[in-house]
Amino acid sequence: MIGIYLLGAIAIAIILFFSRSKLLVYSLAGLFVVLQSMFTIYTGMHFGSTELVYFTYDSLGVILLITLSIIAIPAFLHSYIYIENHKEDPQARAIYLTSMVMLIMAISAGYLSNHIAVTWIFTEITTLSASALIYHHRNKLALEGTWKYVFICAISITFIFIGILFLSLSLQHAGSDDLSFSNLLKRRAELNPMWLRMAFLFIFTGFTAKLGLVPMFTAGIDAKDKAPAPAGALFATVLMNLGFVGIFRFYIVIANTPLLHWAQLVVGSAAFLSLFVSTVYMLKVKNIKRMFAYSGIEHMGIVMLGVAAGGIGYYAAVLHIILHAFVKSSLFFQFNQLYRVFQDKSIYHIGNYFKYNATGAMVLLFGFISATAMPPSGLFVSEFLIFKSLFDAGQIILLIAVLLLLTMIIWAFGKNIFKVLFIPAVGFDDSNVEKIRPWESVSQFILLATAVYLGLNPPAIFVQLLKDSVSLLPM
Amino acid sequence: MIHVLLITFIITLFYMAIANRLMTYIKVLAFQGVLLFFVVFIQLSEINTLNLVLILLETIVFKSLAVPIFLGYLLKRNNITREAEPFLPNFVSLVITTFIVVITILIANTIKDDNLDKIFFVVALSTLFFGLYLIATRRKIITHVMGYMVIENGVFVLSLAVGNEMPMLVNLGILLDIFASVLILGIFLNKIGDVFKDVDVDQLSNLKDY
Repeated sequence: MIGIYLLGAIAIAIILFFSRSKLLVYSLAGLFVVLQSMFTIYTGMHFGSTELVYFTYDSLGVILLITLSIIAIPAFLHSYIYIENHKEDPQARAIYLTSMVMLIMAISAGYLSNHIAVTWIFTEITTLSASALIYHHRNKLALEGTWKYVFICAISITFIFIGILFLSLSLQHAGSDDLSFSNLLKRRAELNPMWLRMAFLFIFTGFTAKLGLVPMFTAGIDAKDKAPAPAGALFATVLMNLGFVGIFRFYIVIANTPLLHWAQLVVGSAAFLSLFVSTVYMLKVKNIKRMFAYSGIEHMGIVMLGVAAGGIGYYAAVLHIILHAFVKSSLFFQFNQLYRVFQDKSIYHIGNYFKYNATGAMVLLFGFISATAMPPSGLFVSEFLIFKSLFDAGQIILLIAVLLLLTMIIWAFGKNIFKVLFIPAVGFDDSNVEKIRPWESVSQFILLATAVYLGLNPPAIFVQLLKDSVSLLPM
Repeated sequence: MIHVLLITFIITLFYMAIANRLMTYIKVLAFQGVLLFFVVFIQLSEINTLNLVLILLETIVFKSLAVPIFLGYLLKRNNITREAEPFLPNFVSLVITTFIVVITILIANTIKDDNLDKIFFVVALSTLFFGLYLIATRRKIITHVMGYMVIENGVFVLSLAVGNEMPMLVNLGILLDIFASVLILGIFLNKIGDVFKDVDVDQLSNLKDY
């Protein structure tokens, strides 16, 4: 089935690229959404099976694929609204939708791959399709963002490749040349520790460009800022999850070797530095879209802290990235409406949003409550569990530092959001403000509600999938 | 023989560190491609013909012909000044490059591994670090791209070091090389030349937080 899915998606992308008729492109995009949903249902029904050698429908892959397919539907819906509002010419529209289809296809395949080199290949494809989306506006700033993104991603992809080379050296000591994750796990005792360390350092650094962690997070911020908001929503959520999958699957291998403690140190310090960096930027950022992006860095820092702490932290980390994906994507979808009202991203030029679009303002308010992990947000549960795992691991000082940083982030986030919601912008001429139809915010409410539901009252099957995905880790 | 080729490769790095003109950089890149061709020819003669042909095409056609010609075309088309304009004097560059090579030799000496040819490791790692150094200390975007090409050459040498056991990885490396180079060169350097008058990294600082 994955063969049909990949071929179908590529065929749809090729036809989309050449089609200029409005009806045709939207029906093709709709067809892709149907294909994506059917494939997701199929993976759920054939849970645990392996297809085309390199793709396994395991719990981590399936659960993230379901998240992706849920977010893909509003992403296409908002893309439609975006394109129609901007009256894009047929060529720009075709390139935009082609890139979206390729991006979602590559992310899906990357989630399910059981071989590190295959994950790497699909990560490359995401760079290609993402760069086309960032360059959508064809202006100077978009070009700058694209150039930075492409260059940093190219270097980090090279890093991952070097890591894979070191990994193969490590594996040669075990007398094997199969780089699949299951084989690595099986032969974990025979892997050469020195090369394994090098491999982990390079692969971790490489994937941080997608995950949005120190040291390679910078490119992602510019990308999320310059890409159209529906595409930015995908970059800020499901694409970050792809980076997480790459690191996490390899981390499972290394956690079962004597290098666990060292790997925890590496991941933990990168995570704490990310939190620190995101705090610094959150305090001074004035561009609201970039603020959402920095908030993503903060959340990924928390996730990786959970991974580093171990214990219940593993479970909480996977829960956290899924809930974060729902919350952050709804904030990005909402951003577009905000921009249509104020025609500006700077916090100085937007304000009193409740007056112009009450429904959208509610989304921002609930999104703020969710993203800062205040109850009843689902993120509250996962963040609480991550703090508990840090407490269990005996990292009290680290925990205090993290809580202080989070307090500052919440303060900065809240200050900006309440300014947007309630305080009128100086000199804003509201004589011809665009009226936003309330139904455009429905999908955001659904996503936010999903995050609350999954966090507070998770269905048994969801919990089971989460537990399965971390079951290979030493508790 | 292979050691001579690899040592020549290291010498090209020193030459690049003190080179002034961009055309010299391009010529060195082309020469590195030829060197890699001979290294592959000697090192990997046991693997199957199709693979070998692919690798040879990549080194000669892609690395020594297509990329240098395209870079030269970009230089002319965008009227890029011919100087490399480093941030640091050439003497300092030379010292730092020497430092990089010495450090990698020291690192390689601490490794005890029969599966790894040390000279490959030294060449690959120093090329990698030198590429990063080149990116960090040159002003023009096109020199950043050249630094990236140098990194790619280093990765290629590294993949040759393990290539006898896993030819699949060498092919993957080629895939990476072609993909990234086409993406970076073909699409964006072309565009950047159209949009920005003088192609300088200082102009790429307009994306701000406020």
